[in-house]
Amino acid sequence: MPSLGATYGRGAATLPQWDVANADAILIMGSNMAESHPIAYRFVLQAKQKGATVMHADPRFTRTSAMADLYAPVRAGSDIAFLGGIIRHILENDLWFREYALHYTNLATIIDERFRGADELDGVFSGWDEEGRRYVYDSWQYEGMTVPSSLAEHHVNTTESFNDETKRLSHAPVPQDLTLEHPNCVYRIMRRHYARYTPEMVERVTGCPADVFLKVCEALTRNSGRERTATICYAVGWTHHSTGVQIIRAAAIIQALLGNVGRPGGGILALRGHTSIQGSTDIPTLYNMLPGYLPMPHAYKPHDTLKDYLEIEETPTGWWSNFPKYAVSLFRAWYGDAATPGNDWGYDWLPRIVGDHSQLPLTLAVRDGIIKGLFVMGQNPVVGSSNAGMVRRGLANLEWMVVRDFTETETAAFWHHGDARPQDIATEVFLMPCTFAGEKAGSFTNTHRLVQWHDAVVEGPGDSRSELWFMHHLALRVKALYAGSTDPKDAPVRHLTWDYPVRGPKQEPDAEAVLKEINGYTWASDPAERRQIADFKDLKDDGSTACGCWIYCGAFPADDHNKTRDRTPDGPDGPGTHLNWAFAWPSNRRTLNNRASADPDGKPWSERKRLLWWDAEQERWTGHDEPDFPEEKPPHFEPDWDSKPTGMDAITGNDPFIMIADGKASLFVPSGLKDGPLPTHYEPLESPVPNPLYKQQGNPTAKRWEHDDNELHPIGDPAHPYVLTTYRLTEHHSGGAPTRSVPTTAELQPEGFAEIPPELAAELGITTLDWVVLETARGAIETRALVTERLRPFVIDGRRVHQIGMPWHYGWHGYATGDIANVLTACVGDPNTSMHENKALTCALRKGRLAR
Amino acid sequence: MTRRTIADRARGFLREWSIPRQIAGQSHRDEAARSSLSRDLRPRLEEADTVGTGICPYCAVGCAQRLYARDGRLIHVEGDPRSPINQGTLCPKGAATFGLLTSPQRLQHVLYRAPHADRWEVKPLDWAMDRIAALVKRTRDETFVRELPDGTRVNHTLGLASLGGATLDNEENYLIKKFFSGGLGMVWIENQARV
Repeated sequence: MPSLGATYGRGAATLPQWDVANADAILIMGSNMAESHPIAYRFVLQAKQKGATVMHADPRFTRTSAMADLYAPVRAGSDIAFLGGIIRHILENDLWFREYALHYTNLATIIDERFRGADELDGVFSGWDEEGRRYVYDSWQYEGMTVPSSLAEHHVNTTESFNDETKRLSHAPVPQDLTLEHPNCVYRIMRRHYARYTPEMVERVTGCPADVFLKVCEALTRNSGRERTATICYAVGWTHHSTGVQIIRAAAIIQALLGNVGRPGGGILALRGHTSIQGSTDIPTLYNMLPGYLPMPHAYKPHDTLKDYLEIEETPTGWWSNFPKYAVSLFRAWYGDAATPGNDWGYDWLPRIVGDHSQLPLTLAVRDGIIKGLFVMGQNPVVGSSNAGMVRRGLANLEWMVVRDFTETETAAFWHHGDARPQDIATEVFLMPCTFAGEKAGSFTNTHRLVQWHDAVVEGPGDSRSELWFMHHLALRVKALYAGSTDPKDAPVRHLTWDYPVRGPKQEPDAEAVLKEINGYTWASDPAERRQIADFKDLKDDGSTACGCWIYCGAFPADDHNKTRDRTPDGPDGPGTHLNWAFAWPSNRRTLNNRASADPDGKPWSERKRLLWWDAEQERWTGHDEPDFPEEKPPHFEPDWDSKPTGMDAITGNDPFIMIADGKASLFVPSGLKDGPLPTHYEPLESPVPNPLYKQQGNPTAKRWEHDDNELHPIGDPAHPYVLTTYRLTEHHSGGAPTRSVPTTAELQPEGFAEIPPELAAELGITTLDWVVLETARGAIETRALVTERLRPFVIDGRRVHQIGMPWHYGWHGYATGDIANVLTACVGDPNTSMHENKALTCALRKGRLAR
Repeated sequence: MTRRTIADRARGFLREWSIPRQIAGQSHRDEAARSSLSRDLRPRLEEADTVGTGICPYCAVGCAQRLYARDGRLIHVEGDPRSPINQGTLCPKGAATFGLLTSPQRLQHVLYRAPHADRWEVKPLDWAMDRIAALVKRTRDETFVRELPDGTRVNHTLGLASLGGATLDNEENYLIKKFFSGGLGMVWIENQARV
């Protein structure tokens, strides 16, 4: 999550889920938590029982709204207008937590004098390159200092030499004006930027009545400060937008201004949707990162040699200055003895990315025949991908495809459904049965970074195998095929370390051996001589340590201790951080940035909100959690600027955000984000209305893949007048395979439907259970109508706008079926993440059925 | 077996019926709720010969489960009461985990669809693994690029791609990334993080 990464330093939930019970106010937005994460919602209700105010802002009135104290209806895609309004309310009424925000954020930092905001330039920032449709970042930097990003790609393109400029961070403290009078300090810039986000404007853009909006502002600010904390919970209702990253950024700014980060009951809880989606981001099956948020080498960046790569991506100050240790230890783990100082530890064997290889362009590359062979493991893109009809038709251009799942999915069956003509499709398809947790051992990382082990209790049926088995035995076979090759292109296959022990008649690899490598050990050619490393502080850049993912160091700290399997919760009288229940990255820290739970002097802000504090006698940080800060760095530590300090030596004793180069939460993000240093309201790419806030209609840097099977509707398109938002049901999961094929969950939600507000249903003569047709430029589907007051029309800028909602789980396979909602959606993306915009698009609706 | 008289059965019914006992002061939660049926009921879990710790395979909340098996067959899945996350509870999806693992729609064997064929055929696992390994090598060899025409080193193949990972174990993700990226030079590697 680049949003939280760019603001706080790490792209992950800042607090454990159970800590939500300690909040005094909870704002849920971009999430239907009660239905999508019901077990986590228990903590919201526990907080409510203790007196917390629960608020829900959402386009639909859901069960989350029903249990909340306050429901704020907002039009899909207008979230930044709402959150920007909260930021304005906080700043204009002086409701921010002064001692916290002044010291722990970059509120007082002075920005380059060339900077011009979206308030001046009508919706774009200075540095806009109209021809390249991108920003040049020089004018967003701190005065006289260039700041590297804390995201995986630390290096960004600037016109001046990026690295020479960032080194100035070691020369002096960042330029600040603690009186906040300087016209270009972040505080002044933010006040100008958000001045137009008044309650009246919030109502005009979002449709939420101004008095309801102000109640949300009041409850949030009243419950933040020394004695009280508020939590914000969000899910994919925020990420699935062309402005998704900046929506979450806006929430992160609110929490930093109110002093709610790193403290009990405070923070941002990102609610993620798949069991190990956090783990598969940390250990990324993603194109742009290596494990532990290291950047993937890029052909068009100065990444030619290891020296270039390390130099350009190392940040001079803050924790990320340790980057070379993590990179070299990873290469040692992958290439073993073949990695030597002479060959740059095998750096040259790594593939280079050349652009955006994420899921949306991937599906386009399949359609265009660039990709010949595709593996699909536990995913169902024919249901789950944007523009699903195009995705399904595109699969026919593959030479071969391997689908690994527990049942025949729509993806596996693309060649024999609907209009597909098998005789014309040359694709060779393998459908291989997989096993589940319970039939295989391994670890999942949950939504709050908790890495939990699961046992193998029974064998999977028939020829089903784990992905661990599949990857292991595929790798052995392919390595054998390349064993005699002398072609340099085959060197990485031959040199890749692959000595995992197997057990049993099925030759299942030992998952603990893999976790041990992920955790890291001292390097020795002989596995018997390797020793587990307990903490990433012990990793080295000289090849003496091997580590598959540095942030997981400590998950398997000793040969006989798999910490992810620890199962001792705190008792009712314990501190409630549950340090002996599994392992949380990094270093078992449960609340990120928890140095911020103490004041600049190192004392808890209040007795009620104690978490971590400075023990002057022991001269170390102590408390209920593992410190997310150097244990022995005193609160009054000041860098010795004459010595040009680097790394953590340049971070003061009251800079809690150690992954950021200056140790402070970035309200204003100088580099790393492609669409602006401050969140700005843009309309969704398909919107029924012009942007009431700026001339700039949509996110100027948003990704569009223009093609005749991926067309977008014009603004205010009379042919597609309604807003469509897609969502999840409690009883179904994502692409639907693991619930539509299970009798109980299928019975609970047996058939697809669309939710339609009564006013629109009356206009079109639709009643509940009628067949209706939804249509966009990408495709048309039919489903059953569910007429409900849960959806309501909005008056946006004087115009009535109807919204329709549709769950996206359904497909034609399994016991519970329905048309695929994603046939309607388009491939468009957030510029930072390439995340699609399936939460806010436009569509047509009519009563009737499709002619098939 | 002796045949019971109507009077016996009436007495039995009255003895088993909860309402009179509640009127007599017994608690509806406890004594008055008992009957000969409930006395004879035994928890399924008593029959288990194996129990293991599990984590729910659906969303990312991370609810802990206990999996019970007898003679190598799964007999029950329930929330783990020790967990600070779910404290023994599960949602409708998590509670369906047993149904997921025992779904009648689970595949037992590898299915293969040959080019232009209109049906699946069952194939041996070993055959499929060998065939896939050969296809991987063929496609990689056909599409691997060491350098672009301008001399820029890329060392990659754009001909192979992988989707998925968010439903899999960390260890599985690690082997996918290590082998596909670090070994084969694939760059199209993605999971559900952007879905």
